[in-house]
Amino acid sequence: MPKLTIDGKEIEVAPGTNLIEAARALDIEVPHYCYHPGLSVAGQCRLCMVDIEKAPRPTIACNTVATDGMVVWTQTERVLETRKSIMEFHLINHPLDCPVCDQAGECWLQIYYMKHGLYDPRMVDEKVHKPKAVPLGPHVILDAERCILCSRCVRFCDEVTATGELGIFDRGDRSEIGLFPGRELDNKYSGNVVDICPVGALTDRDFRFQVRVWYLDAAKSICPGCARGCNIEVHVNRRRPHHAQGRRVARLKPRFNAAVNKWWICDDGRYGFGFVDDGSRLRSPLQREGGQQLPVAWDEAIAGVAGALTAHPPAETGVIASPKMANEDLFALRRVLDRRGVTQVGFAVRPRVPGDEDKLLIRADKNPNTRGAELIGLGGDTAAILAAARARRIRCLWIFGHDLLDAGWPEAETRAALGAVETLIWSGTNANATSALARWVLPSAAWVERDGTFTNFEGRVQRFRAAVDQLGEALPDWEILGRVLTALGEPTLAARAEHWFRELGRSVPAFAGMTYQSIGDTGQMVGATREAARA
Amino acid sequence: MTGERTLTRNFHRPDAHTLAAYRGTGGYTAWEKAQTMEPAAITEEVKKSNLRGLGGAGFPTGMKWSFIPKNHTGPVYLVINADEGEPGTFKDRYLLERDPHALIEGMLIAARAIRSAVGFVYIRGEYVEPWRRFSAAAREATDAGYLGRGFDVVVHRGAGAYICGEETGLISSLEGRKGWPKLKPPFPAIKGAFGAPTIVNNVETICHLPHIINRGAGWFASLGTKTQGGTRMYSVSGRVKRPGVYEASVAITLRQVIYDLAEGVTGNGRLKAVVPGGSSAAILRADEIDVTMDVDGLKNAGTMAGSAGVIVMDETVSIPEALMVVARFYAHESCGQCTPCRESTGWIYKITERIVEGRGRKEDLDTVLDVARRGAGTTICAFYDGAVGPYISYIEKFRDEFEALIPK
Ligand SMILES: Cc1cc2nc3c(=O)[nH]c(=O)nc-3n(C[C@H](O)[C@H](O)[C@H](O)COP(=O)(O)O)c2cc1C
Ligand code: SF4
Ligand code: SF4
Repeated sequence: MPKLTIDGKEIEVAPGTNLIEAARALDIEVPHYCYHPGLSVAGQCRLCMVDIEKAPRPTIACNTVATDGMVVWTQTERVLETRKSIMEFHLINHPLDCPVCDQAGECWLQIYYMKHGLYDPRMVDEKVHKPKAVPLGPHVILDAERCILCSRCVRFCDEVTATGELGIFDRGDRSEIGLFPGRELDNKYSGNVVDICPVGALTDRDFRFQVRVWYLDAAKSICPGCARGCNIEVHVNRRRPHHAQGRRVARLKPRFNAAVNKWWICDDGRYGFGFVDDGSRLRSPLQREGGQQLPVAWDEAIAGVAGALTAHPPAETGVIASPKMANEDLFALRRVLDRRGVTQVGFAVRPRVPGDEDKLLIRADKNPNTRGAELIGLGGDTAAILAAARARRIRCLWIFGHDLLDAGWPEAETRAALGAVETLIWSGTNANATSALARWVLPSAAWVERDGTFTNFEGRVQRFRAAVDQLGEALPDWEILGRVLTALGEPTLAARAEHWFRELGRSVPAFAGMTYQSIGDTGQMVGATREAARA
Repeated sequence: MTGERTLTRNFHRPDAHTLAAYRGTGGYTAWEKAQTMEPAAITEEVKKSNLRGLGGAGFPTGMKWSFIPKNHTGPVYLVINADEGEPGTFKDRYLLERDPHALIEGMLIAARAIRSAVGFVYIRGEYVEPWRRFSAAAREATDAGYLGRGFDVVVHRGAGAYICGEETGLISSLEGRKGWPKLKPPFPAIKGAFGAPTIVNNVETICHLPHIINRGAGWFASLGTKTQGGTRMYSVSGRVKRPGVYEASVAITLRQVIYDLAEGVTGNGRLKAVVPGGSSAAILRADEIDVTMDVDGLKNAGTMAGSAGVIVMDETVSIPEALMVVARFYAHESCGQCTPCRESTGWIYKITERIVEGRGRKEDLDTVLDVARRGAGTTICAFYDGAVGPYISYIEKFRDEFEALIPK
């Protein structure tokens, strides 16, 4: 492995490592625009110049592979001067419209001008004008004047999605990002170009003009959109709620995880959070009185649900859990079922249309925790439960989240099954056709409103964290279930998601020895700990 | 005095472009001889001849060939640069039109030296007649069995971009991509066209090979200077009595080119300035023309031999206007890939235009000089350094002319 010296510090790096990454490993930032670790090296922006001993002039770090004995300097006088010049070149034709630009606050032109520019502008001539506010596709809009032609977006579409929608047209300072004739930027990962665009040239049509980025708070999370479990950040607007008409979740951004999603997420996941602040959100428990569902206090609802579970013999009770529930919820549910001796449990619901899948990230299973539900022992057959309900063998049915009337089964049959049940309990985040039929409706907190873990299809357990407060009186499922358990006479000490997870680790071998700390930010494989191996 | 003519010796013959005429004057005998030589021996001979690339960079040809990896087993390509885009340069077109078989014979020899089975000839798009003539010659050579037996030639036409003359821009274009120069490393000799080791040589460079093989490296070297052998073709344009293409030794002086070959200055008859090596070469004042035209001679004079496009300006020519025209060219032709080149070529053109229009500012000249110096050496290809040549030299050498146009 080559060992080199950067700014006087020695480091050993893997063969093939370039000087930007080698410096990064030493916490030395070499500023750059066009280089991106997930894309080929373009060497176009010319910002990442460093001095290499014996080289006659500064060299670009992105295209220089570290070699043994190399001596690199990133802060020499001429490197600093070159950076300053390159910053000036990047900005002479830039419109400097930061006050109306969505990227302001997270723009690498702003950041690097302050760090490496700070020259007095000399450009007095008319700038080059290019198209502005050009929609490229459903999610992305282009301002060609702000573009610094780093070609990251082009390389993303060529190399990552291999869809090739974008090109750089014309030449010289008339060069312009654009779509090939007849094309639209509508691949399933198009939103990523907004993330990798270092400037305000590509912005997100959904996020645009919602809120200034400096008002946003971020929480580490996991996308609940499919079984991949891409690592994300949830950006929320707590400080200026009036800026976005009460929309709390401003946007989702990919969070790097080398083992799961690298730098990317798909568009379905990125824009899949609309339900969180949707009008259909349930804000308090409901009880059906005649034809109407009316709000009731939690205590009443818990007592009602516990009463129903006690009144119906276990053999007459069924549960349809959900692979969208967190491990903590599923484990709490399992405790409730064990307490009552309920064994008729289903969880997977056949979707109306089969999920799409590709080789990059997207999985056909649109549930984030199918593997977790299976490991926790809640992986039964939902169709069998519904058949039993139709045959009036199940009299009390608790459904978690699903809208069974919008599934891949004949609606009439499902309606007959639900109609035949005496006590229908439904819990979830948003009202739907199935919840409308329930006697008891329990409002669940959405995944961004609480902590928890999902187990992805490969068996990687990953944490998501609360980003916003729970809406209205909604509670995490584990808490609802904990209260029911207490009402059933089995008080629990688990007052936080983390406690439930610890209990899960004690009871289910696959999770043995795992804690929130050991999972960390990048996840941990089930069965990977010493305790699990022993169990 | 100006040396023997070899490349252009048949230019006066109306049928020089035909196989019959070429063979009638000794054509393809060098190829016969080269076939008896080991590839390494050919390269060695070319090294000894001191042949240096005549496309612009002046790189020693034999040395370039020796960069092809020795144990390489896959394809190796020979690419002929016939893009001839450098303003003031028009020699390759004559070679293609009047002596296309010399290029084919030279390609056969070079291909043997580098063990290439396929050669590409990238011809400037505007060169219609040269393309027709060369294509016809390639067909004749195929029918006669010179081509198609271990070495094939593919003709590719450009689409009108100066940057496609830069060797890696050319390779990108040849590969069907936008003609963007490529990052080096890797160098073409290691990883060039379609990922294979590739040698790019100028038309004129290759046309010298038959003579070197036939008459020997010593003879060729003796025609030139200590560090560069042979003759080369000077394209002389601008304010001279007889503009045109002249073949002469690389050792002659710029004065000889202007006054002997082109027979002196027109306009008001008094020389003001001359660009010796195509538009990218730094300009020289009238008192700087006693320099030899070889690569090192002009380099020592602070300019470059480049493509030997000699552009002559008499005293009536406005240097600021000339710079504006040159700046417009570079702004138009920058491929737009590297930030310094893309942005400052346009910027500098705007400034020069403003100066010529009488709207200059007193800080403009220093801004151009500073911007040019700051961008120099920071880009992917030599295009920008080529633009910097005129930006700096025109202003440094004729500053008072610029200042006279700037309102006080
Ligand atoms: C901007 C630019 C334009 C060029 N245009 C040409 C050209 O039109 N013809 C040419 O032979 N070389 C041109 N060159 C030089 C080539 O890059 C390369 O050095 C040459 O083709 C190599 O051949 P040679 O060694 O035989 O000269 C150009 C270089 C640059 C930087
Ligand atoms: S739009 Fe953004 S990512 Fe694409 S080339 Fe321009 S600056 Fe780079
Ligand atoms: S120097 Fe200019 S012409 Fe050459 S690659 Fe860079 S932008 Fe293109």
